[in-house]
Amino acid sequence: MSSVSLESLDVSYGNVQIVRNLDLNIRDGEFLVLLGPSGCGKSTLLSAIGGLTDVSGGRILFNDKDVTWTDPKDRGIGMVFQSYALYPTMSVERNLSFGLRIAGIDRAIIEKKVKWAADLLQIAHLLDRKPSALSGGQRQRVAIGRALVRDADIFLFDEPLSNLDAKLRAELRLEIKKLHKTLKSTMIYVTHDQIEALTLADRIAVMKDGIIQQLDTPLNVYNKPANEFVGSFLGSPAMNKVEGALVADGDHLSFAAGDFRLDVSRYPFTQKVESGRKVVLGLRPEHILPASGSAAAIEGKVSLVEPMGSSILAWSVFDGLSLSHLVGQDDGCEADRTFAVTIDVQKASFFDVETGWRL
Amino acid sequence: MMRQAKPAVARRPLNYQEVWGRVGIYAFLGVVALFFLLPLYVMLVTSFKSMDEIRLGLIFSLPRQFTIDAWVKAWTSACTGLECTGLRVGFGNSVKILVPSVVVSILLGAVNGYALSFWKVKGANVLFACLLLGSFIPYQVFIYPLVRVYAQTGIYGSLAGIVLTHVIFGMPVMTLLFRNYYSGLPIELFKAARIDGAGFWKIFVSIILPMSAPIAIVAVIMQVTAIWNDFLLGLVFAGRENLPMTVQLNNIVNTTTGERAYNVNMAATVLTSLVPLAVYLLSGRWFVRGIASGAVKG
Repeated sequence: MSSVSLESLDVSYGNVQIVRNLDLNIRDGEFLVLLGPSGCGKSTLLSAIGGLTDVSGGRILFNDKDVTWTDPKDRGIGMVFQSYALYPTMSVERNLSFGLRIAGIDRAIIEKKVKWAADLLQIAHLLDRKPSALSGGQRQRVAIGRALVRDADIFLFDEPLSNLDAKLRAELRLEIKKLHKTLKSTMIYVTHDQIEALTLADRIAVMKDGIIQQLDTPLNVYNKPANEFVGSFLGSPAMNKVEGALVADGDHLSFAAGDFRLDVSRYPFTQKVESGRKVVLGLRPEHILPASGSAAAIEGKVSLVEPMGSSILAWSVFDGLSLSHLVGQDDGCEADRTFAVTIDVQKASFFDVETGWRL
Repeated sequence: MMRQAKPAVARRPLNYQEVWGRVGIYAFLGVVALFFLLPLYVMLVTSFKSMDEIRLGLIFSLPRQFTIDAWVKAWTSACTGLECTGLRVGFGNSVKILVPSVVVSILLGAVNGYALSFWKVKGANVLFACLLLGSFIPYQVFIYPLVRVYAQTGIYGSLAGIVLTHVIFGMPVMTLLFRNYYSGLPIELFKAARIDGAGFWKIFVSIILPMSAPIAIVAVIMQVTAIWNDFLLGLVFAGRENLPMTVQLNNIVNTTTGERAYNVNMAATVLTSLVPLAVYLLSGRWFVRGIASGAVKG
C-alpha cells in the first residue's frame, strides 16, 4: 500500500506544457478519479505517475520516497489501458504471468498468483485462449488481472471502460469498486465519464488545461462546484447557467436577469457580496421542483419535454428565461401548458462573472 | 386475400454497353500480357532446341527435336571465362551471399524500426531522415568509397564484404518498412510491457517480433529478389571466389569466341531468374502488399 504525493509537477511535450505546477496528495488506499474533458492532461498526469512520461519539473513521491526518476517496473504499480494492450501473440495465462516470468519468480508461485487473479476476475476458464478470441469485457478483465498478479501497491486506470458498451461498462464499474474494497490498494482512475467518477471515487480531481479545478468528494464536487467549469462539466442533464446581477430588493438580496427575479437571501455566500454585482447563476434541473401550491411558486410555459424513462426533462420559460427542469412522470407536465415550480436556492450555485469562481 | 407472388428475378439484367466495355478491357489486358510473355516464350523454346535448329532462324516455332542438352550444359559445363564448370558454382555462391544478407538486413531493419517507433531516441527524426535520404541516393555513388574502406579493413573481395554491402544498402528500405509497420501497433502494448518490467530486447523478442510475421514475409520477398538479382555489387565486392550467379551468367552469355550458343544462353538465363520468379509466383499477394506498404505510408 502506498500514498502518492505530487509536488509542483510540470509535464511538457516539446514546448507545450500539459500539466502545470500541480500539487496533489493521494492517501493510502484512496480511490482518486481524475476527471476532465479530453486534452485536459489527465492521461498525461497518470502516465507521469506511472513513469512512462518524463516530468519536466517537480517531484513524485510514493510513501514519501522520491520516485521521480524510478523505472516504471520498480514503482510497484499496475496499469490498465483503454485499449487493453494485451500481448496478442500470448495466451491469457502468459499475458498474466509475463511480468512475473521476467522477474524470474518461482514457477509454483506464478501459478498460484495467476490462479488467484483469474478466480477473482472470473476468467479462469479463459486462461488458454488468445486475446483475439475474447470479448471486450473479458479482455479488460485480463488487463486488470495483469495488474493484479504484480501485487501492485498502486493501480493506475487509463479510461479502462471507455471502449465497452453501456451495459458492460456498468458491470465492470461495479467490479472495480468491489476490487478496491477487497484489495484496499491505492487506485488512480482517469476518465471523462462523470458517472464513473461519481460512482467510484473517494475523491474527484476535476481537471482542465493541466490544472486541478476542484479536488473534493463526489458529493461536494457535484453540489458545490468550485467554479463554472466544474458546475457545467458534471451533471446530466446539464446545469442551467444564467448571467445576471444581484440587486437589493427591500431588505433582502435578489438575483435579476431581465424580468426574472429570484430571492437569494437564503443562499450561503462564501464571501461578502454587494448589490449590483454581476454573477452567473448555476441551477441544476433537479433543483427546480414542481410546486405544490406554495407561495414562492413561479409559473412558466412548457415549450418542450424530453422523457428520460424515470423522469422527464422539461424546458420551460419563466419570465422570459428558458430553464430545463426535472419533473416526475405523474406531474402532468406537457408541452404548451403552464407549470408551476419552486427553486431551491440553497442548492443553487453563484459564480463570479469574470473569474468563474464560486461565490 | 392472397399474397401476390413475387415476380422472379433470376439475375441482374444485362447492360450491353457495359459488357462490351468489359470485353475491351480484357482484350487489351490479354494483348499486353502476351506482349510481355513473348520473350519468355522465345527463351523457353530456344533453350530446348539444338543449335542446328536455331540456325534456321524460326525463333517462334516449337522445338522439332526436344532436347535438354542446353540446360545440362548451362548448369554443369558452360564456360565462364577460363573455367568451364557451368552455373552451379554461381548458384552456390549466390545462395551463400543471399542467406546471411537477407537474415542480417531484415533483423537490423526490424530492430531499427522498433527503436525508431517505440523508443523516443534523442534525434530519432534526424536519424530517420538520414536513412531515408540514403535510400534515394543511387548506390553507384558509394561504390568507390566503399572499395577504399574495404581495402583498408581487409574485407575487400570476400564473402563478408559482399554480405556487409548488401546489409548496408538494404537497411534504409528495411528500416522504413518495419518502422511503418510498427507505428501502426498500439503504443499501449509497449507501455504495458515496460510496466511489466521488460527491457529493450525483451519487449522486442517477446512481444514485437512475434507480431512481425506479415511484414517479415514482405521483407524476405523484397530482399531475396533484390539481392539475387544484383549484378554490380557482386561483381565489385564479392571477389573471384564468390562471384554470384548473375555475374557468371554475364560471363557465359558474353563470351565472344566461336559461335554463340543461344540455347545454352537462354537456359542459363532462365536458370538464373528461377529464384526470384519462384518467390514472385509463390507470394504474389504479399509481394504487392510489400510494394504498397513501402509506397503509400510515409
